[in-house]
Amino acid sequence: MVDLSLIIYCGLVTFLSRYLMIAILKKEMFTDRIREVLSFVPSAIFPAIIFPAIFLDNTGMFVFDSNPKIYAAAVAVLFGLITKNVIVTIFSGLTSYWLIIYMF
Amino acid sequence: MSNKFNIFVKGIVDVSPLMIPVVPFGIIFGVLAIDLGLSPATTMAMSIIIFGGASQIVFLQLFSAGASSLVILSSVGAVNSRHLLYGAVLSEHTSDLKMIWKIIISYFLVDQSFAVTNKYLKQSSDKDKVFHSFGAGVTCWMIWQTTTLIGIFLGSIIPEELGLSFAVPLTFIALLVDDLRKLLNVIVIIISGLIATFGYEIIPFKAYVIVAAVIGLLLAMILTKFKVFRNG
Repeated sequence: MVDLSLIIYCGLVTFLSRYLMIAILKKEMFTDRIREVLSFVPSAIFPAIIFPAIFLDNTGMFVFDSNPKIYAAAVAVLFGLITKNVIVTIFSGLTSYWLIIYMF
Repeated sequence: MSNKFNIFVKGIVDVSPLMIPVVPFGIIFGVLAIDLGLSPATTMAMSIIIFGGASQIVFLQLFSAGASSLVILSSVGAVNSRHLLYGAVLSEHTSDLKMIWKIIISYFLVDQSFAVTNKYLKQSSDKDKVFHSFGAGVTCWMIWQTTTLIGIFLGSIIPEELGLSFAVPLTFIALLVDDLRKLLNVIVIIISGLIATFGYEIIPFKAYVIVAAVIGLLLAMILTKFKVFRNG
């Protein structure tokens, strides 16, 4: 069961992350340096969700041999690089995943 | 019609194209939540109370892995740290507003609305231009709640064998496509991903997301510093 209080706390943390700077900053306090480092936040966090979801199975075991997710993710990255389109990226990956699963 | 309302509408119009990718994202969230055994009411409550796609997916991912509340909360906090930057940019234009407006604009501040409003703020000299963010944010909100609802409905129909949970890493890959062309970002991406993968079983309390993120950011600090020295 998911606790409603945990959802509320997470909501509060999310809201505060949005509100804090709007509430306290009077003038520009962020230097270009901080701005640059913060631009790396997605690159630092999202792979921590992406990689385990591709390389690990439900029990946390490493799956490298004949893992359809690796090939499908590679296809998605390729299409993402070429088209820069979010939907094309997602669906190229999903389609190739289904193709691999059902054909082999 | 008031000036503020016109700017609000401009926000709605500007953000609309960015709503197309949000549709599958919201549906995927709803489907996954139902698959994990969350009730429709709890799923809807998450979208209304948290209102953040990445945060909600991380929440589900860690919840299904059996992480503790503290780890879920701190990981959601880490995912949200990018909002500090958005707030900092908007703060220049919200300082004269009443507190209630600051709260409303904050609640509706998301990636997509910030992307279009940031552009608009640079072009416009209107004193009420920050209401653009409100219009864009409300649009995102409507789409997010509607697609969550569709996902909740589809969650009980879509068979598990379809492996729709694989859409989660794909969605995050899609959110990173712009960074995949930058060498320093790619280095951070690979290191963070490897730490999370190999630390998944080793790092206690399922804190692998936060550990990988913190190390990734430290690495980014070092790499960007090195770049500054090299250029200067």
